[in-house]
Amino acid sequence: MGKIYLDNGASTKTDNKVVQAMIPYFKEMYGNASSIHKLGKDAKLAIEKSRKTIAKSLNVIPEEIVFTSGGTESNNLALKGTAFAAASMNKEKNHIITTKIEHDCVLESAKWLETQGFKVTYLDVDKEGFVLLEKLKSAITPKTLLVSIIHGNNEIGTIQDLESIGKACKKNNVLFHTDACQSFTKANLDVKKFNLDLVTLNAHKIHGPKGVGALYVKKGTIIMPWQHGGGHEFGLRSGTENVPGIVGFAKAVKIVDSNNIKEMERLRDKLIEGVLKIPESRLNGPIGKKRLCNNANFSFKKIEGESITGYLDIMGIASSTASACSSMSLEPSHVLMAIGLSREEAHGSLRITLSRYTKEEDIDKLIKKLSKVVNKLRRISPLGG
Amino acid sequence: MYSKKIIDMFKNPKFAGEIKNPDAIGEVGNVKCGDIMKIYLKIDSGIIKDIKFKTYGCMAAIAASEAMCKLVKEKTLEEASKITSKDIVKELGGEMPLVKVHCSVLGMEALQKAIENYNKK
Ligand SMILES: Cc1ncc(COP(=O)(O)O)c(C=O)c1O
Ligand SMILES: [Zn+2]
Repeated sequence: MGKIYLDNGASTKTDNKVVQAMIPYFKEMYGNASSIHKLGKDAKLAIEKSRKTIAKSLNVIPEEIVFTSGGTESNNLALKGTAFAAASMNKEKNHIITTKIEHDCVLESAKWLETQGFKVTYLDVDKEGFVLLEKLKSAITPKTLLVSIIHGNNEIGTIQDLESIGKACKKNNVLFHTDACQSFTKANLDVKKFNLDLVTLNAHKIHGPKGVGALYVKKGTIIMPWQHGGGHEFGLRSGTENVPGIVGFAKAVKIVDSNNIKEMERLRDKLIEGVLKIPESRLNGPIGKKRLCNNANFSFKKIEGESITGYLDIMGIASSTASACSSMSLEPSHVLMAIGLSREEAHGSLRITLSRYTKEEDIDKLIKKLSKVVNKLRRISPLGG
Repeated sequence: MYSKKIIDMFKNPKFAGEIKNPDAIGEVGNVKCGDIMKIYLKIDSGIIKDIKFKTYGCMAAIAASEAMCKLVKEKTLEEASKITSKDIVKELGGEMPLVKVHCSVLGMEALQKAIENYNKK
């Protein structure tokens, strides 16, 4: 049975070219980048070359790229590092603004900061997941130190208008951070135009290795390290660098072809059209250009998401759901609740996320099999089929 | 995550469906998980002659419904009401992911309710 992978929002297949680029840094150039011998210098060189590649892709300077262990760490550093740095300089600065649809690593960092005396505003979003600019503007006070808003949402694909948000932040002299793990290389991310001070990236959503990411930190940003030690990464992130990971990350960025976006959009829209023919189904999140090119998210009435993804998995198709039963917490997705779905709709959710490897026949197969699965599960549902 | 036995029972539930003119019905909802289950019974001389279920829920909940039906068919009401979640997990092949145990008790609760309703008649 052929396997069809449609859970690229969770992670992607590491590109073979990426693996090939990494191997020498396991086998031959395995030195510590802080060592002063040849192997150490080779490692250091590889890191700096990679830093240039990532910087170039964001149109920023290499000194503004801090390598980390991934999206989670970058978001933790962005929130906690700026919060404590700002508060240590000016006790008045104790307020952070974020949204109700952030990734858990932002939300949990924010919640933890609340236990440390910081105040956090969690902005509502509209039915499609967009932040309301006016609400944001009125939430900013003289005490606000940071606005952190996800660029492309990992569940429902909403791409925020960071340009307008960035203008408001700049006008009020507030730091602006975005989590761009899902949108990086898949949507326009103009660091300068959007007035971004901090940007979270990771490698494993773009066919790079897991466990490596970066935080863009604009020169002059007031931030302190969160992890202390030997002073690596401009003193912002101590710890021996993950050289193969960093090299793989840069390779993944280098081989991105922006032409793939159009094809993913085409397949995404074909998928959405096909799936919405299933009765009592709905699309969660926006349509068109304001949606991530590789994301679709549906809800089906009368059936539960984990049984849908479970059935698809048995049929050889990997997908994901945000139903309560699929999560450790047994709570339905905070993102789906934030856009106003009922609990039943949130329970019956299905996320399909494509990649540049997704083929048209994968989508055709999914549509066919999904409609069978939905019918079958509805027949045994007490909510009526 | 799930054993082959659970997958088989989930995929091909023989007891899924309804009974026309049932002698008793039991329905429970587990708000925590979002699961809902309905049990239909045909009872003759205190013996469960036929049983069907309808379940809204995850794979574990559906497979556990099937296992429970299989266990109690042809049993007396007294025997049936003594079924425990251990018995159901055993019928499912002995393994159930820990986070899913709460989904598998649903079937029993629905059965208890059906028996209660029957006894009240
Ligand atoms: C939007 C978003 N932020 C952060 C993360 C966490 O990144 P990582 O898995 O690299 O820690 C992810 C991926 O899981 C994500 O989708
Ligand atoms: Zn469940």
